[in-house]
Amino acid sequence: MSKPEKLIENGIRLDGRKPDELRPIKIKVGVLNRADGSCYFEFGGNKVIAAVYGPREVHPRHQQKSTSAVVRYRYNMASFSVEERKRPGPDRRSIEVSKVSREALEPVIFEEYFPRSAIDIFVEVLQADAGTRTAGINAASIALADAGIPMKSLVSSCAVGKIDDTLVLDLNKDEDNYGQADMPVAMTPDGRITLLQMDGHLTKEEFSEGLEMAKTGCLAIHEMQKAALIEKYSSQMEGDINE
Amino acid sequence: MEMDKKLVIPGEFLSDDVNLADEGTYVEDGKVFSSVFGIASLKNHIRVVPLSGKYIPRPGDLVIGIITEVSFSNWIVDIRSPYDGLLHISEFPRRIESQDMSKYITVGDSIMTLVRDVDPSMKVELTLNDQRLRQIKEGRIIEVKPSKVPRLIGRSGSMIAMLKNETNCNIFVGQNGRIWMTGKDKDLELAVKAISKIDRESHISGLTDRMIKFLKEEKSKHGKESEKEVEKEEIKIEEVVEEEKPAEREEVEEEKSGGILDELLGDDR
Repeated sequence: MSKPEKLIENGIRLDGRKPDELRPIKIKVGVLNRADGSCYFEFGGNKVIAAVYGPREVHPRHQQKSTSAVVRYRYNMASFSVEERKRPGPDRRSIEVSKVSREALEPVIFEEYFPRSAIDIFVEVLQADAGTRTAGINAASIALADAGIPMKSLVSSCAVGKIDDTLVLDLNKDEDNYGQADMPVAMTPDGRITLLQMDGHLTKEEFSEGLEMAKTGCLAIHEMQKAALIEKYSSQMEGDINE
Repeated sequence: MEMDKKLVIPGEFLSDDVNLADEGTYVEDGKVFSSVFGIASLKNHIRVVPLSGKYIPRPGDLVIGIITEVSFSNWIVDIRSPYDGLLHISEFPRRIESQDMSKYITVGDSIMTLVRDVDPSMKVELTLNDQRLRQIKEGRIIEVKPSKVPRLIGRSGSMIAMLKNETNCNIFVGQNGRIWMTGKDKDLELAVKAISKIDRESHISGLTDRMIKFLKEEKSKHGKESEKEVEKEEIKIEEVVEEEKPAEREEVEEEKSGGILDELLGDDR
């Protein structure tokens, strides 16, 4: 797609959303049997799967910490997740995303409960449509809870950006490509920010306003994450009554 | 679900009374929050029982371990946790020589063991030096999620007592979610079925009632089948009269060890 003339018209975006509207979200908890915790997360056109293993023994041994667990996060894009085939394997971008995502989750995990062990988080992007790191963090935080790992809270994440001089929540692919700024944010429900990145330009005022929009977005996502976790068990309960 | 119980996620506010905070919670700014995804009970103490998670050893836990390695003076034991258990040669009930260790217990053997101590770096020391502990030489071992162990045992051992009674099996539940059972093959089969049902459905209310119903149904099914099989077996026995004597001896041995098992399970709860 070439650059559209306008990304937003009369307060309606190309995909029909209002500036402060999130893309539709679909969550399913416990989709993998082998993993200790797992989650499938759809965030508009993004489709990601997160798997959590651990706490378990650390291999290679030299990575282990004697007083706390090591958290390892692997973000990976499937070669078919984007239009032009993505060369498989880690690259500069995915290593960076892995690092910042790990750091977005580490503050809430009670690492000190499990010395000499590892908590491994794997995020696979099956389909990408801008904002995969935020989708990955949302999914990983649910998978961690599903694995029974003690945490201070869940982490929720979404992006704000600027298109045609307007601040908008949760950019899609075209808005990301042709917009003026993109700022992914991750935070706990009580407003502690664990991830904040930006590319493009925002004024001081836009930054503050954007952050407030992201906060509202994250809170909405947090409610959906909570509902999905509770759903996992209540749906089983209903299923058994029907038997 | 009962009134004082509810499903909570990490970070959910539970109470203002810090003194009530117990397992599965954390305190911040004078408030109690849940630290895990699980079922919170709010009476007396505030605790959250996680719905999943690994077994983390604690001193005093009775667990079932499998030997993975025999080193110079330790048996290294898999206790189904991120941390290996160490059974030192001095914790064997009798004094034995280091080079003889694998004559007594060797790789692949199962033991019923007690967590003697866990230090801050999670070095787990095990012992066999207790009347209740022994090597496992017969029966069956199955695994359930460690988070289901409390439900499997039931309130003051009610569930497990019911299972033992209804299936005629001796059942020992390790805190690490490994379960050792001895009994007749038919009975074991029923016990395995019942336990995996608990593993799957323990978070649904009315578990005990459902289990009683389930066991009754299974038994009435098997009752009819086994009547037929008894007839068949009788015919077989006539055919193999000569082999009867050694079989008898085996049975006596089984009963004896079952008796000991009963005793040690008796004072377990």
